[in-house]
Amino acid sequence: MSAAREKRLPTPFLPGVAYLLAGLLVTFSVLAPGFASVPNLLNVGVQSSILLLLALPMTLIIMSEGLDLSMGAMLGLAGVTLATLLVDGTSLVFAAGAALAVGLLFGMANGWLIVSLGIPPFVATLGTLGIAQGLALVATDGQSVVGIGEQLPDLYASRWIGLPFSILVALVAYGVFHLLLYHTRFGTYVFAIGGHREALDLAGVRANLYHVAIYGVGGVMAGFAALVFTGRMNAGHPTAALGMEFDAIAAVIVGGTSFSRGDGWLPGTVLGVLAVGVLKNGLNVIAISSSLQVASIGLLVIAALLIDSLRGRR
Amino acid sequence: MKASNLGYRLGGVLIISVILALLSDAFLSASNLLNVLRQASLIFLLASGVTLVILAAGLDLSIGANVALSACLAATVIKLTGSIALGIVTGLSCGVVIGLVNGVLVTALRLPPFIATYGMLWVLHGITYWYMAGDTIYDFPPTFRALGSGYALGVPVPVYLMLGCLVAGGLFTRYTTYGHQIYAIGANTEVARLSGIPVRSRLNLVYTLSGAMAGLASVVYLARLNSAEADIGEPLMLPAIAAVLIGGTSLFGGIGSLSGTLVGALFLTLVLNGMNLLTIGANWQPLVTGVIVVAAAWVDIVARRRGEG
Repeated sequence: MSAAREKRLPTPFLPGVAYLLAGLLVTFSVLAPGFASVPNLLNVGVQSSILLLLALPMTLIIMSEGLDLSMGAMLGLAGVTLATLLVDGTSLVFAAGAALAVGLLFGMANGWLIVSLGIPPFVATLGTLGIAQGLALVATDGQSVVGIGEQLPDLYASRWIGLPFSILVALVAYGVFHLLLYHTRFGTYVFAIGGHREALDLAGVRANLYHVAIYGVGGVMAGFAALVFTGRMNAGHPTAALGMEFDAIAAVIVGGTSFSRGDGWLPGTVLGVLAVGVLKNGLNVIAISSSLQVASIGLLVIAALLIDSLRGRR
Repeated sequence: MKASNLGYRLGGVLIISVILALLSDAFLSASNLLNVLRQASLIFLLASGVTLVILAAGLDLSIGANVALSACLAATVIKLTGSIALGIVTGLSCGVVIGLVNGVLVTALRLPPFIATYGMLWVLHGITYWYMAGDTIYDFPPTFRALGSGYALGVPVPVYLMLGCLVAGGLFTRYTTYGHQIYAIGANTEVARLSGIPVRSRLNLVYTLSGAMAGLASVVYLARLNSAEADIGEPLMLPAIAAVLIGGTSLFGGIGSLSGTLVGALFLTLVLNGMNLLTIGANWQPLVTGVIVVAAAWVDIVARRRGEG
């Protein structure tokens, strides 16, 4: 509205999420003796890794002034596909490829509905949430798919250079997204799609194509997260991942990515994911029920948006 | 909305009714049709509040979670005090308070509506699950249950509530300054503000009304189910938003009507009822509702483009 509000502040700014994370760490270390131990902190890392896989693409999506409510449902459908193929004795590589393909298909469908048809993102992805969830329920009759063999759970349980598999996967994924966002043309266009869409069009860039691709990346990452999730659960479950998109959205917003003007910061998302992970784990250690953890993350999001709004950054 | 548009939508309801009548003998029985009306009235109660919010170019994703918490609190109060009136007041007030908080988040704190009410969804979800801790509260007095499952003059009681809300809401949106202002805000918020419409206070009003309707729906739903559990609101959000969109209310605000939402609620209920009669499992419901949401949103976009072009 006012001139000050319109002015672009430089990104990265000093992120509130860093203070938040430090505050949470100190609080829980004091409150809960078991919290600040190496095994527990490693546990936070493992728990956060799947969330990071979703939060990375969610950052790009939110930067492009979009939203993806279907990620948890896509993860569920991809996981069910993966588990069903593994039960049938298909090779892990083929089954994993199928899971990624399911994610890609749904992600591209999201992009097509939002970009080509112009349906507002939250409604389009609310619809695909229902579709993906419904397909997963119909395919499994609402039951878990068990008996997926040893290969995937073994891979999940393995350690590479001393790190649990899921943390390593999360680190690699972060590296790839960092390169993608900050060192490729695609990344530049992601910033521009949320910030200066007109300029892209005028420059002759096929902005729509890249915009759809952002949602495609989101779907692929949901499929990828399904690999880790299914390994951890040792089963494919149609509805276990529902709501995970909310944690991802929370992490991105808390991490300082804004819903407008292509304002995003990938390291902030990592801090946001850790803040959500630490909050959940810490509340767990001091024996607060998981339902209240969900509520506390809701409050965390609203608080983060408030601070964001008070700083006049939106 | 133009009358002809509503005509098309009513035509859709007729067509699907004829198809169902041909496919299933049970469809045209009086008890099934009354059942359809009963289900549609619940969806309408929820969707009518959402219609007002969407007319003002907002969104309320928290209604399902609102119903769950309001119903569980109302159930507790009825069990504790034995007073039906107190229970109903509790459910309604819980809904109103949640709606008011949504309004404050959107207007005073300027959060985007979809993210404010989406955050609210999860806050309420968490509180309800924590509060209920896996319990079920069931078995209420027959006079209370009559609100949801009773009949008056052969017609289910919720249908009267639906008609009452339709008439009151229709008069409100069509013939009061408040109603016109809501349309104006949805059509162009900035212009509305510059014309001296108190945008924030009207937006507070629509979110509060949406919360109140969720509170009312929670009481009716509780009376029909005769039991309250933490998860009872989860299957409600998608159908309510679908009903609004099928009814021709534009997601971009300013266009639509409550009578459209009634037709949308009927259409959706017929589809779900038909699936039931044809013994298509409940697992298909999210899939079908999702397809309907996307299709309805797409039709809205096409109609809008045609209107502009």
